[in-house]
Amino acid sequence: MTDLSRAERARARSTVVVLLGLVLIAAACVRALAFTPLEVSQGAAQKIFYVHVPSAWVAFLAYLLVGGCSILYFFMRDPRLDRLAASAAEVGTVFITGVLLTGPIWAKPIWGVWWTWDVRLTSTLFLWFVFFGYLVLRSAVPEPGQRARFSAVLGILGALLVPFIHVSVYLFRTVHPAPVVLNVRGPQLPGTMLLTLLLSLGAFTVFFAGLLWRRYAEAALEDARGAEGDDGAR
Amino acid sequence: MVAAPVAEPAVLDVRALARAFGRVRALDGVDFSLRRGDVLAVFGPNGAGKSTLLRILAGILRADRGEVMLGGARFDRTDPAQRRRIGLIAHASLCYDFLTAAENLEFYARLYGLADPRGAARAALEAAGLADRAGSLAVTMSRGLVQRLAIARALLHEPELVLLDEPFTGLDQAAAATLRAELERLRERRRAVVLVTHNVEEGLGLATHVAIQVRGRFAEWGPRPADAAAFRARYAAAVAGG
Amino acid sequence: MGNVVAQALVIAAKDVRLEFRTRTAFVSALAFTALVLAIFNFARDPTAVAAIDVAPGILWITFCFAGLLGLNRAFALERENRAIDGLMLAPVSRSALYLGKLLANLVFVGLVEAVALPLFALFFNVPLWPILAPLLGVIALATIGFVALGTLLSAIAVNTRFAELMLPVLMLPFLVPPITAAVQVTSRLFAGRSFGEMAAWLKLLVGYDIVVLATAILVFDFTLDE
Repeated sequence: MTDLSRAERARARSTVVVLLGLVLIAAACVRALAFTPLEVSQGAAQKIFYVHVPSAWVAFLAYLLVGGCSILYFFMRDPRLDRLAASAAEVGTVFITGVLLTGPIWAKPIWGVWWTWDVRLTSTLFLWFVFFGYLVLRSAVPEPGQRARFSAVLGILGALLVPFIHVSVYLFRTVHPAPVVLNVRGPQLPGTMLLTLLLSLGAFTVFFAGLLWRRYAEAALEDARGAEGDDGAR
Repeated sequence: MVAAPVAEPAVLDVRALARAFGRVRALDGVDFSLRRGDVLAVFGPNGAGKSTLLRILAGILRADRGEVMLGGARFDRTDPAQRRRIGLIAHASLCYDFLTAAENLEFYARLYGLADPRGAARAALEAAGLADRAGSLAVTMSRGLVQRLAIARALLHEPELVLLDEPFTGLDQAAAATLRAELERLRERRRAVVLVTHNVEEGLGLATHVAIQVRGRFAEWGPRPADAAAFRARYAAAVAGG
Repeated sequence: MGNVVAQALVIAAKDVRLEFRTRTAFVSALAFTALVLAIFNFARDPTAVAAIDVAPGILWITFCFAGLLGLNRAFALERENRAIDGLMLAPVSRSALYLGKLLANLVFVGLVEAVALPLFALFFNVPLWPILAPLLGVIALATIGFVALGTLLSAIAVNTRFAELMLPVLMLPFLVPPITAAVQVTSRLFAGRSFGEMAAWLKLLVGYDIVVLATAILVFDFTLDE
């Protein structure tokens, strides 16, 4: 099977996963809105939690992927790693933007302000800037080999320095509600809410995986089409 | 023509060298070898991959596939001892505009670990006829003088293998004559030279071996042909047909 | 190992010589720094805010901007006449090249800071003498991290079309740790606080510097490897 047909098949299959993810997210939203009790102190606004937290989780996944692929590329120089890192960065940026949008929407009714420089939101903001820089750099380097190398270096820096950014922000201030799920004493959410959150997490992860695969397949398809074109011309 | 001694290993041995930039196959399998005293003139149109070939031989670029043997040993770009045996003369001077001629040469002498950097620089300036311009900033020198400085820089560490990338570009008669004389001197001192040029006249006059590079491959490679006119015709055909 | 340092010094010396022969970049950076400091004086309400409260932030933002301006030169100057090829050709290890550029950048940025600091004390009426030694210490720590990161990223940015813009966009998020730490320590120094209150920030700074330097030295070869 040629690279081209393999890439086309991957794209078709990944589209199925994307659609599946969307359906799952819709189902999770229905459950969150209609079948999950209202939270006592925050009321209806708290429902955003079921979208905000999974987005943050996915953003974190994307961060790990970009960092991991960059480090591996440093050792192995496999262009597929570069392709995966780029796909994860693009898709991840979308979800980070989601976190930054749902955060204020949740914050306004609860805390009265659109934005607070609390730890997690601030760290997410800087993570967005790091991803943005990564994408801008990629767009500014035309040659694929050089682009992959530079991206990998930036990815490695990101993987190592984002924790420092987080610690800086944390040392600076803490205002965010204490972690509700990843709490030392065990999840603080009552049963039904926890279940809804986990379902939402699963749905978002499936959606992310689908988008990632789809983006990767697109990139592979583009490369395969290009190579085929060159071979035809010879 | 200099007859190559039989038992000595080739200075340069290149096998199946390939390099791509993304989808562009700049080099697509190049084979040749070079002995001491050989001057290989590589002719080819723009985009044939001649600069790519030279940059790989210089150790500035890495090859995707293939092998380069330098003096019988595998060429390792990270090995300073091997890098010391190579010199490059490009059409850019590789010199700093706001350093003097002497400072430029001293800088490179130090980088190459020469014993007496200042002395070596002074000697090289004298040999290049630039002794009176030792204190002049490179930016104040004419193209011809800068070329002489660039040659002095490239040969400062007495490399066995000298690579030249379109060195005659933009040179006037006098400067070109100086360059030609320098190449003659290199051949006499039994260095190996690879000269990349699209100027067939210049190249043929100096070469002991010739190659025609088109689309990343050597369409032809061998000793200098006796029949220059036929060669020029073959070159024109290769360029046109590809 | 000694060879790497020797080569780095040769490269740094060449850069410093070039920089001070042309002087334009250095003098412009000095003028820029003075101007930024002066403009900051008008960027606040003197009746509402005491100079000493905003001073640490102003100092570090100024250092940051001046530093960003200076960092691009290091590799930009190797583009003329393709001098970078000469450096790659020579039997010089990439680590030596990185260290040489790092040293030259430290000299450049250090000199700008040396002029900016007294000017800052003058404009904002901040008594520096009592805390000069620890202040210089934190300035040194933050500057090392800043320049180490910038030297690596400028080697990348110089290959893009809008290098002057690309470098800040890439660098600024990663500058949050050193700048935050530096401002926090500086403001505690101005307020005469004890060392214990700054310890965490200083540890962060030192850790950051180590990670950035080590990473840069390890990946520099890979970065330039065509």
